[in-house]
Amino acid sequence: MTSRFVSQILYPLAGVVLIVAVWALACWLVDIPTVVLPSPDRVLRALIIRGDLLLSEGWITLKETLYGFLLALAVGLPLAVAVANSRPLNLMFYPLLIALQSVPKVALAPMILVWLGTGLESKLAIVWLVAFFPIIVDTAAGLRATPKELLELANSLNASPLQVFLKVQLPAALPFVVTGAKVAITLAVIGAVIGEFVGSSEGLGFLLLSATSQLDTPLAFAALFALSVLGIFVYALVGMGERMMSSWLPPAPARH
Amino acid sequence: MAFGVIKNVRKVFQLEEIGWSALEPIVALDDASFRFEEGELVALLGPSGCGKTTLLRIIGGLIAKTAGSVAIDGREVTKPMGDYGFVFQTPSLMPWRNVLDNVLFPMEILRKNDAAARRHAHELLELVGLSGFLSARPHQLSGGMQQRVALCRALVHRPRLLLMDEPFGALDELTRMDMNDLLLRIRHETKASVLFVTHSISEAVYLSDKVVVFSKRPARVVKEITIPLSYPRSQNVRFTTAFTTAERIASEALGVVAPAAEEASAQ
Repeated sequence: MTSRFVSQILYPLAGVVLIVAVWALACWLVDIPTVVLPSPDRVLRALIIRGDLLLSEGWITLKETLYGFLLALAVGLPLAVAVANSRPLNLMFYPLLIALQSVPKVALAPMILVWLGTGLESKLAIVWLVAFFPIIVDTAAGLRATPKELLELANSLNASPLQVFLKVQLPAALPFVVTGAKVAITLAVIGAVIGEFVGSSEGLGFLLLSATSQLDTPLAFAALFALSVLGIFVYALVGMGERMMSSWLPPAPARH
Repeated sequence: MAFGVIKNVRKVFQLEEIGWSALEPIVALDDASFRFEEGELVALLGPSGCGKTTLLRIIGGLIAKTAGSVAIDGREVTKPMGDYGFVFQTPSLMPWRNVLDNVLFPMEILRKNDAAARRHAHELLELVGLSGFLSARPHQLSGGMQQRVALCRALVHRPRLLLMDEPFGALDELTRMDMNDLLLRIRHETKASVLFVTHSISEAVYLSDKVVVFSKRPARVVKEITIPLSYPRSQNVRFTTAFTTAERIASEALGVVAPAAEEASAQ
């Protein structure tokens, strides 16, 4: 058994087992009503029996999350380029972007529902809204943080604006884009769940809401568990993307 | 006519160029004039922040001058000419490219990244002793090695003029001496004309055919010193009378030491 296996798998696993054991023990000793806190075995049973339901609802939430995230990338990246490269656009919109970032976007969810209905569109809009800001702000910051000397070097060779962008600015900004994407994907899951809370007839958020309203707490816990797995999964997807680009990215100390 | 003619160059930074931090326009350069010949290595020596870096950027066409004229090989410089090499204070390599691709960056921009370019890049890296690090990434190299890569990058497109902005200022003394010898060797091989900004008196004297001494900001040329030492030079010349005399003249021009005559009369 390697020490890597011990430190990275065995110890974290032991921690989880310990917490579940305390949870089970508490349920058994104190006799907490299932409605308040179901015991681990009940949650496990709900996970197994309602597995199909969790998977199909999870699939819907996953689609909302990923589509909304990709939409945020598709809109955020070009806008970041525009804001970073044009001084008038930057002066006009950058302060506004920073200000809008502090608006609790979740509070806009009811309004978006009114505008777009209870279908996929409103979820995409909410996810897009929460995921968009970290992407555009981080990307713009990255583009503007391009070392001055590299720009001067390119200028001294009479590089075209496109060459400067593709060969200098974009690769220099990539670590920032990845950082923004990591924050955005985490927020995207939250956005999807909020969207489902506010108005929906499907998805894990809706399932969570309907389970608690029917006092089916084990199912609510199971939905919560599924949501966590989903969150880890989409974060890992972004992490995979990061590793695929690792030859582009500077070494770890430059990033967070 | 000389290869490079810098005449009455003046540079005033306006507010929008430096942001809101300055309350009034800054005069960085006030009437800078000097000449140099093709193949010469000229050191621009002056106190930190005196505007010599600004002059170098004007000669390179990177920033506009307020008044005066800069002509290199008969062409008036108003924008980047595309055939100069730049070495900056920091290596400024691209962390996402390996050593060879960093060196080849200018050839990519100039759309001349062919087999001949790669061969030349290999030769240059061999010359600076980095042929074993072609696929290393910049962060794996020491500061001195990074600056050697930057030197190769500045030379890969066979520039007519090499502009160096305190390139070895961040290196330790011994590495700096090595780099000085390396630069002289490369200069000998490539016959490049070099303008070398520095605030080190001994570095300026050791490297150059001629030292142009600048005053504090706003910079003006206070003295031109021709160095009477033949190439190739080795570190031994540092202990010759000619070398220390040149250092003394430069120090006097900078105001670091009192002129020899005054000192004698004071005693």
